[in-house]
Amino acid sequence: MDYFLRCLKFILPAAKVTLLLTVAALALGLVLGLLLAVARIYGRPPARSFAAIYSRVVRSLPTLVVLFLVYSFVTIVFGIRGVTTAVIALTACTAAYQSEIFRGAIQSLGTGQMAAARSLGMTKSVAVRSVIIPQALRLAIPSWSNEAAIVLKDSSLASAIGTTEIFRRAQQIGAANHDYLPAFLACGLIYFCLTFLTNRVLDYVQKRYRLKL
Amino acid sequence: MAVTLAGLMAIDIVGELEFIWRILPELGKGLVTTLELTALALTAGLVLAVPTAVVRTYTRGPLNWLFTAYVEVFRGTPLLVQLFVVYYGLPEMGIVFDRFFSAWAALTLNSAAYQSEYIRGAIMSVSEGQLTAARSLGMRPLQAFRWVVLPQALRLALPAWSNEVAYMVKYVSVVYMIALPELFTRGAMIRSRTFKVWSPMISVAVIYLGVVIGITRVMDYVEKRLRIPGLESGHGGREY
Repeated sequence: MDYFLRCLKFILPAAKVTLLLTVAALALGLVLGLLLAVARIYGRPPARSFAAIYSRVVRSLPTLVVLFLVYSFVTIVFGIRGVTTAVIALTACTAAYQSEIFRGAIQSLGTGQMAAARSLGMTKSVAVRSVIIPQALRLAIPSWSNEAAIVLKDSSLASAIGTTEIFRRAQQIGAANHDYLPAFLACGLIYFCLTFLTNRVLDYVQKRYRLKL
Repeated sequence: MAVTLAGLMAIDIVGELEFIWRILPELGKGLVTTLELTALALTAGLVLAVPTAVVRTYTRGPLNWLFTAYVEVFRGTPLLVQLFVVYYGLPEMGIVFDRFFSAWAALTLNSAAYQSEYIRGAIMSVSEGQLTAARSLGMRPLQAFRWVVLPQALRLALPAWSNEVAYMVKYVSVVYMIALPELFTRGAMIRSRTFKVWSPMISVAVIYLGVVIGITRVMDYVEKRLRIPGLESGHGGREY
């Protein structure tokens, strides 16, 4: 029990890194995902096929493959190191999944919204920005919450490309003491609390901003 | 930037293709392990998921709490942590499994938790009237469940379940962290052995792409054959 608490104390500071990875990847992925979804639905053919192919390819690959490829690419080509590589890699993944979430949301709005906005004299881009996206974002909240939980848990895979987040810390203290079980249980407990909190917050957001069609 | 581009252009394409041709058998062996683990974890997961869903839907009290706790814990923590508890943690309590069995056990427990949620949702969407009707025809509760509710629930759960299939093929790669030689692990091992950064990983990526797209096609066909006309429930489940 004493050792379990020591593990908890050792691992807990790294929760900052896990949260940073999760929040940064989710936020950047939100922007990119929206862009990809809009490109997919309203874009010209080259943008449209790029968005479709990107989403198809990334969603067919294990997160670890994307992590390794993106990690190699940004370290070799741009010389980026440290946590940033993990953020970029996780963003590359979640952007693809989020683009599908937003695409679904935009498509469930129907074409009437766009036609009505256009008939009021809005340009296509204004209509997308001020009519389509605000509604699509609110419609997407339930699926987006799922994705948020997935990214939180997948951030543990960043330990494979050398990021010291909570899973890596658990490995470290476990290896140092040759006693793994309490270390990983402590790590699991932290993840469980984090997912629980994330779910509660997003449930609240959903209740507050839900859009029923 | 110009230098990097020049570097990229200077790749010896024929040499790389030869290299990929040489590592293909090794990756093939890895793919077999990946597919074995996927199939074993999915089927064992389904076997565990049905009773879990039944207990969570139809019972109250301690048994329900126990299964609810199981599902919430396994859905609330990363597969990686579950895998390490089984592979590194349990031996400390005297329970030792080999690599493959640990991986299978962790993947099964994880998948069963998710699968039980799809099945539970599907069971609840079969109307209660059907159970009453079956009971009034003289079926015992278990019979009514087995012959009336379950066949419909499994078909309703199929869209979410087929997502889980593609999801598992990809997620098996996590066993790389305990060095079990499936497809991704073999790619990563070749990568560090030969210091070739790109060809092994890109080959692995192309194989995954083919396999996952293939599986998606097959599952689409199965879904079309088995759906209950008029009762399509949309997708859901872990997106792949």
